[in-house]
Amino acid sequence: MSTTTVETSAEVREARPAPTGRRFRRRGEQSMAGKLVSHSILIVASLIALFPIVWLIFLSLGPDKDDYLHPGGIWKKMTFTNYSFVLRHTEFFDWLKSSLIVSLGTTVIGVLIAATTGYAVSRMRFPGYRKFMWVLLLTQMFPVAVLMVPMYQILSDLELIDSYLGLILVYCSTAVPYCAWLLKGYFDTIPFEIDEAGRVDGLTPFGTFARLILPLAKPGLAVAAFYSFLTAFGEVAFASTFMLSDTKYTFAVGLQTFVSEHDAQRNLMAATAVLIAIPVSAFFYLVQKNLVTGLTAGGTKG
Amino acid sequence: MTVVVQRLKRGYQKHWYAYAMITPVAVVLGVLVLYPLVYGLYLTLTDANSLNTARTIGVNHIDATYKFIGLDNYKDILFGPTSYDRFWSHFIWTIVWTALCVALHYTIGLGLALLLNQKLRGRTFYRLVLILPWAVPTFVTVFGWRFMLADGGIINSFLHTLHLPTPDWLEDTFWQRFAAIMVNTWCGVPFMMVSLLGGLQSIDTSLYEAAEMDGASAWQRFRFVTLPGLRSVSSTVVLLGIIWTFNQFAVIFLLFGNTAPDAQILVTWAYYLGFGQQPRDFAQSAAYGMLLLAILIVFTSFYRRWLNRNEQQLAI
Repeated sequence: MSTTTVETSAEVREARPAPTGRRFRRRGEQSMAGKLVSHSILIVASLIALFPIVWLIFLSLGPDKDDYLHPGGIWKKMTFTNYSFVLRHTEFFDWLKSSLIVSLGTTVIGVLIAATTGYAVSRMRFPGYRKFMWVLLLTQMFPVAVLMVPMYQILSDLELIDSYLGLILVYCSTAVPYCAWLLKGYFDTIPFEIDEAGRVDGLTPFGTFARLILPLAKPGLAVAAFYSFLTAFGEVAFASTFMLSDTKYTFAVGLQTFVSEHDAQRNLMAATAVLIAIPVSAFFYLVQKNLVTGLTAGGTKG
Repeated sequence: MTVVVQRLKRGYQKHWYAYAMITPVAVVLGVLVLYPLVYGLYLTLTDANSLNTARTIGVNHIDATYKFIGLDNYKDILFGPTSYDRFWSHFIWTIVWTALCVALHYTIGLGLALLLNQKLRGRTFYRLVLILPWAVPTFVTVFGWRFMLADGGIINSFLHTLHLPTPDWLEDTFWQRFAAIMVNTWCGVPFMMVSLLGGLQSIDTSLYEAAEMDGASAWQRFRFVTLPGLRSVSSTVVLLGIIWTFNQFAVIFLLFGNTAPDAQILVTWAYYLGFGQQPRDFAQSAAYGMLLLAILIVFTSFYRRWLNRNEQQLAI
């Protein structure tokens, strides 16, 4: 009995500061019911986010290509044979090599070329500045269909179809302006006083950039690099069209070869997909915090 | 005249550092973007296809024989016979697809961001799980969805046990479109969620305190503090979302391949014309590309003007 009275008095005391009759709460805190609702929505959303990937992993453990029709049967015959088959008897390592060459090539060229430009558009207001920024933005909205046909013709003339260099050049057409954008955003966050100090001490703008700003901008460079890497790694349209020999496929193309009109080796495909997804998503999680701030830092300053 | 020259000279001396620094990107853009763009524009004015362009078969080199036909490609795409089936139906579907996907991305992303912005146990964990669809490359997850949506896949078995109808996700046009929007929503929500969460966290908490002191209800606080505080982030991510969704290639291409002519948006349809069929119709494909780019440029210009009129700067 006594406990109930204590509770009511506590309720009364709590209710007093909020004369409207609502229960008093501290800011940002929620009622039990509200918390329950939040948690259940988030749990459902997490399950939806998780399920397709978990399902892919689960299917990759079934040894037959039609196991996806009877997933219950997989429990009894779970095995890693798909993985060993993919690693031993498919072009997995060729694809890995191509993917790495193309993505890393794009990343290095993109960041190297874009660095000075990002600095220039962050610090200097030259005639044509707004036009130049508009062009950089414009290249971000090129649909693949615009450049694909002419690029195909040009690269055929240069005999660069089915070569790593050709694909890297194509990717640079989007990676370079994109890196310039990202880097401008990062350079904007570095105080201008540093530049002024450098100029007072007699450095040229190039000297300021190379000796003072560039060392400070390493995290920004890293974000731009990560982002170009991930974009190039996941690109489908150009890679599917421009790479012809199966040893030069990137992962995005190679994965498609498991499903043809006649045959679908879904079990092997699932295993390959998992093998690709694990390192890439691990990499993503390592950099995701910087990635997000990088993307929006480019955003907040006009 | 001399004044102009002098001004140019002075401007050049003052700005030559800037121009030297943007030279690398300007050169790359000129060679890798502008030149192909002009060349592509020229191709759209011809009847080039894979049978009449220059090609090498074995040791024989065959010269190009395509000819200039002016604006006929554009005329044919926009107003020619069966232009509704070839262009306008895809155009309408592309608009519907973009609008629905971005609306879903934004509302779901905002909802989840609001939930994650509370003091809640395990919210870091939730955040990490919820960005998983962004972390795994799209070309991988789309195949996961394909297994799930396939005839006899897990989704239809599940619907069957609930005695619900089991649609042909990958065969019937309506359900193909439904599935495409569903998969793309799944892929695109994390980016919106994370960006909007960043925006929410940058809103000054004293604004909420002041609103609460003035007796604003939860809805009023959302409407008059949260939404205005998110405006700059929102206008940026919505524009990015529209551009990315409009140009979204991987989801539809990998989900259906060439099997779903009616579920193709303009980008994948242009790809199909140029590379998915025989003979390859390069000129029409490039013309579709130009039309797409024109649509996006017009849209973005209006969007920027609209933002400027509301005294907002586009964040990017």
